[in-house]
Amino acid sequence: MSARRRPSERLFRLVCLAATAGPLGVLAWLVGDTLVDGIDRLSWSFLASYPSRHAEQAGILPAVAGSLWLIVTTALIALPIGVGAALFLEEYGGRSRLARIIEINIANLAGVPSVLYGLLGLGIFVRTLGLGRSVIAGAATLALLVLPIVILASREALRTVPDGLREASYALGATTFQTLRHVVLPMALPGILTGAILAISRAIGETAPLIVVGALSYVTFVPDALDAPFTALPIQIYNWVSRPQEAFLKNAAAGIIVLLATMLVLNAAAVLLRHRLDARKP
Amino acid sequence: MKIHARSHTTFLALAVVLAGCGSKHKAAAEAGGGPSAKGAGAPAEAAEGTVTVDGSSTVFPITEAVAEEFQKTSKHRVTIGVSGTGGGFKKFCQGEVAVTGASRPIKPSEVELCRKNGVEYVELPVAYDGLAVLVHPKNDWVEAMTVEELKKLWAPEAQGTITKWSQIRAGWPDKEIHLFGPGVDSGTYDYFTKAVVGKEHASRGDYTSSEDDNVLVQGISTDPLALGFMGFAYYVENKDKLKLVPIDDGNDANGAGPIAPSAETVSNGTYQPLSRPIFIYVSKKAAGRPEVGSFVDFYLANAAKLAAEVGYIPLPDKAYTLAKKRFADKVTGSIFGGKGSKVGVSIEALLAG
Repeated sequence: MSARRRPSERLFRLVCLAATAGPLGVLAWLVGDTLVDGIDRLSWSFLASYPSRHAEQAGILPAVAGSLWLIVTTALIALPIGVGAALFLEEYGGRSRLARIIEINIANLAGVPSVLYGLLGLGIFVRTLGLGRSVIAGAATLALLVLPIVILASREALRTVPDGLREASYALGATTFQTLRHVVLPMALPGILTGAILAISRAIGETAPLIVVGALSYVTFVPDALDAPFTALPIQIYNWVSRPQEAFLKNAAAGIIVLLATMLVLNAAAVLLRHRLDARKP
Repeated sequence: MKIHARSHTTFLALAVVLAGCGSKHKAAAEAGGGPSAKGAGAPAEAAEGTVTVDGSSTVFPITEAVAEEFQKTSKHRVTIGVSGTGGGFKKFCQGEVAVTGASRPIKPSEVELCRKNGVEYVELPVAYDGLAVLVHPKNDWVEAMTVEELKKLWAPEAQGTITKWSQIRAGWPDKEIHLFGPGVDSGTYDYFTKAVVGKEHASRGDYTSSEDDNVLVQGISTDPLALGFMGFAYYVENKDKLKLVPIDDGNDANGAGPIAPSAETVSNGTYQPLSRPIFIYVSKKAAGRPEVGSFVDFYLANAAKLAAEVGYIPLPDKAYTLAKKRFADKVTGSIFGGKGSKVGVSIEALLAG
C-alpha cells in the first residue's frame, strides 16, 4: 500500500495511462472524423455498385471483391509456408548455422518497406513467372510481405508448448511428425492464429506493393479466377482521395469505413476461433 | 481431430494454388516464347474483348468517364490502371497494354523503348489541363504575376535566396513566402518547370510538395503567405478557399496583359504558358482489334463532353476532328517529334502540320 502512495509511483502510473490514452484518443478522433465524412454514403448500393464518374452512383463492389480474393489467397499461401518454416526452425532446424542465418534474414525481412516487395513481386511473379497483373500475382506478393510476421508469431507459439509434452509423446513411441501433428501443433494453434490475424490485417491495408504489381484502378467486373485482373479497397480509396471533387472524398471516407469493418470482422472471427481452441486445451 | 482435417484442407488448397502457378507459367512461356517482357503481358492482353488502359492519374478521370459510358453500349470490357505517365509508357512500350494516358508527350527514352519492342503508337490529344497559380484568399497584394517573376521565384537558384514577397516585386510586403507544389514525379511538376523555368524537372527544392493536390489546397488555404500551383480542376472545386493569380507571359500576340485561367482562355490558347494538352497513346497493333478500335473512336467522339464533366477543358472541335482523322489513318509517331513538351503551341496547328 505504501508503495502506491509514493509520488514517483503515481507519476509513472500517469505516464503509462497517457501512453495508452494518447494513441487511443488519436485513433478515436480519426475514426470519428471518417465516420462523420462517410457514413451518409454507406448504403447497399454503395457496396453493390461499380465505380463511376458520378460520385453519388459510384460503388466499391470490385474493390471489396478484389480485396477478399486477395486476402483469402494470401492466407492460403502464407499460412502453410509460414507455419512450415516455423516448424522447421523450431522443431527440426535446431541451432544449426543455416537456421541462424535464416533467422536473421527473416527478422530483417520484417522491416523491409512494402514497396520493395511490390518490385520483387513485379519482377518474379508478374514478369518472370508470367502471371500478369492477376489476383495470384498480387496475393503471392502480399504473402511474401506477411511471411515474416507469420513465421515469427508461429515460432513464438511453438516455443510456448512445454518440452515435457514433447518428451511424453516421444516416450510413448511417437515419431517427430506424430508429435508435431497431435501434440505440438494443436497446442500452438491459438498463437499461430494470432500471427495470422496480424498478417491479414497488415495485408488488407497494403496499397504500394499492389500498385507496383499492377492492380488496376478501374474495373467493372468482379474477379472470377486467380488469373483475373483486380483492384483492391485501398487502391480505390487512394484513387478517390486524390480527386478534386468533395463528393469523391466522401466516397473515400465511406470506403475507409468498409475497409475498417472488413478488418474488424476478419479479426473478430480469428479471435473467436482462437478462444474456442484455447478452451479445448488440456 | 477436427483441427487435423482443417490443416489437411489447407495444404491441399496450397498444392492446388501452386500447381495452378506452374501450369500457367508453362502456358505463358509457350505462348510468348520464353519469359520475355512480351510473354509476361500475354495473360492480361489475352482476354478477348478487354481494352487494357494504363498511364497518368491526370488523364484517368476522363478515361474512367469514357469507359463507363462505353461499357453501357458495348459488350467489351475496359480496365484502367494508374501507373503515372512514365510507368504507363513503360508498360505500353513493352506491349502490355493497348492504350496509355499521358499528361505530357512521349519522351526520347520512351520513343526508344517503344521502337526497340516494335510498338508503334498513335498519339491523340483528348483535352486541355490548365495549371493554376494560387495564393491565400486574404492575400491582397498579388493581383497578377509575370512568367519572369514566377521564374525568379521557382528557379533552382532561388533556393534559400528568394524567401520574401518583397524580393519578387517592389512594394510587396517584406514577409516570408511559403511555396507549395506537386511532387517531382508528377507530370504537372514537369510541365510547370518546363513552362516557367525553361527546363523540365529543374526547380528549387525548398517548397512543400505533395502528390495529393488536395493537400496543397489545404496548405495554401490555411497559410496567408502561401503561393502554389496545381491542376485547374482543383481550383474550380475550391474557389472559396483559394485566390487565382492571373499570369502575364509578356507576349501580346496571344492576349495582352495578365490572363486568368478559365475554360475559355485555356481552350483559345490565351492562357499561356500554363495550359497543356493531355493525351492517350494507342498501340497501332492493338488498334486493329475491334474492341480497341471502337473504344478509341468512342473516346474521341465523347471526349469533349466527358472531359468537361470531370473538370477538364475540352479541345476545340477542330482538334477532335483532326484527331479522329489521325486515328482513322493510323498516323504513328509524336506530333512533338518525340522530344517531350513544347510550350505555347496550339494543338490544332500541331495536328494539322
